[in-house]
Amino acid sequence: MPQELTYLKESPSQTAGPYVHIGLAPGAAGFDIYKQELGWDIAGPNAKGERIRVEGVVIDGMGSPIKDVLLEAWQANADGVYAHPEHPGAVEEGFRGWGRVITDFETGEWGFDTVKPGAVMGRHGRLMAPHINLWIVARGINIGLNTRLYFSDEDAANAADPVIGLIEWERRRKTLIATRGERDGKTVYRFEIRIQGEDETVFFDV
Amino acid sequence: MLDPAEFYQRDRTRHPPALTPDYKTSVARSPRYSLISLQNSMSEITGPVFGHNDIDPLDRDLLHNYAKPGESAIGERIILHGRVLDENGRPVPNTLVEAWQANAGGRYRHKKDTYLAPIDPNFGGCGRTLTDENGYYYFRTVKPGAYPWRNWVNNWRPAHIHMSIFGTAFVQRLITQCYFEGDPLIPLCPIVKTIPDPDAIEQLTAKLDLNATIPLDTIAYKFDIVLRGRRSTLFENRLEGN
Ligand SMILES: [Fe+3]
Repeated sequence: MPQELTYLKESPSQTAGPYVHIGLAPGAAGFDIYKQELGWDIAGPNAKGERIRVEGVVIDGMGSPIKDVLLEAWQANADGVYAHPEHPGAVEEGFRGWGRVITDFETGEWGFDTVKPGAVMGRHGRLMAPHINLWIVARGINIGLNTRLYFSDEDAANAADPVIGLIEWERRRKTLIATRGERDGKTVYRFEIRIQGEDETVFFDV
Repeated sequence: MLDPAEFYQRDRTRHPPALTPDYKTSVARSPRYSLISLQNSMSEITGPVFGHNDIDPLDRDLLHNYAKPGESAIGERIILHGRVLDENGRPVPNTLVEAWQANAGGRYRHKKDTYLAPIDPNFGGCGRTLTDENGYYYFRTVKPGAYPWRNWVNNWRPAHIHMSIFGTAFVQRLITQCYFEGDPLIPLCPIVKTIPDPDAIEQLTAKLDLNATIPLDTIAYKFDIVLRGRRSTLFENRLEGN
């Protein structure tokens, strides 16, 4: 008998569709069902580091905001530690590092409150600049899009970041940088994601 | 610190491409540039961990999780069950599986759904559960109805349940849809047909499972989900010369 490989194949992706909110954010679909929805508190009350808000909009190939997107965020704490058993080190109690947000049905705006993550150890011992991993699903998106949000006040770290460095085109690197600003005494980063067209955001095959 | 063992590269030929013009919405929502390939670092091999504090045991019972006391959702009562495995065939324990669907008439409980089929007052349409130590999960629900949608004028979605699965790493994150064996709408659906490989479509088609039914009560379908597999750390270490 010939040798055979017995690997299974990953289940194929399908679009999250227009009604993704029912499953993942039922309150936004218009009804209360669960004792608690998941993903609204990323950092928890005990997290160290700078409290920030991250906001933005997701723009389609026609230049219009997409109003039915769901985003998930995955980040390390201020020390650069992920809340995961394989990451050496510990995080603050209540720090989860994962969040889920949807866009406003009228404006397409989304936003979440968290703490600014620290630099994270990358491959071959090279530090990665502070970043938040984002995953984007929506009607019309056949397989979730992975990107990273970096911070505009981290010029030196961003310049040395091994992942940003993989992007050949200087101009495309900028699509991953969120712009730091301030509103009502609070730090707000603005991050526009362009799915298609001019200044299309860099997406990763992770 | 050693580099963490990587997950197997995603076979992008098995997944739908971003641009699938017969599914019209994808045209303006698909990136035109190539994805940048990234080897896994800590940012990719980690992911959120969920526990029994996050959810309620009733969340997996869509027949009752939104119903008034003593009542239940209307429709063909089904058990949807299976295992979450990785590409090595190993179970993925304790992972969050979320599901959402239309009611038996094909209507969603969503403020944006205006289809004329009636809302079922006892059906919310979403559920969630954690896999057990063997990667096993189940939901109890009603079989969703087919529904029309605006793509071509006469497109109908086959009966389907939307599924969201986490795995242990952010790179295993997956949203897909579960279809039902024998549905004549499956081969006609432009969303199904975004998947180029017929074998992969078959993988999303739940099989009637008479052995798992509750006689005189609930029929059953089996639906296994496969997430990306991972290299063994040992082998990785040897490759690295350790
Ligand atoms: Fe649907």
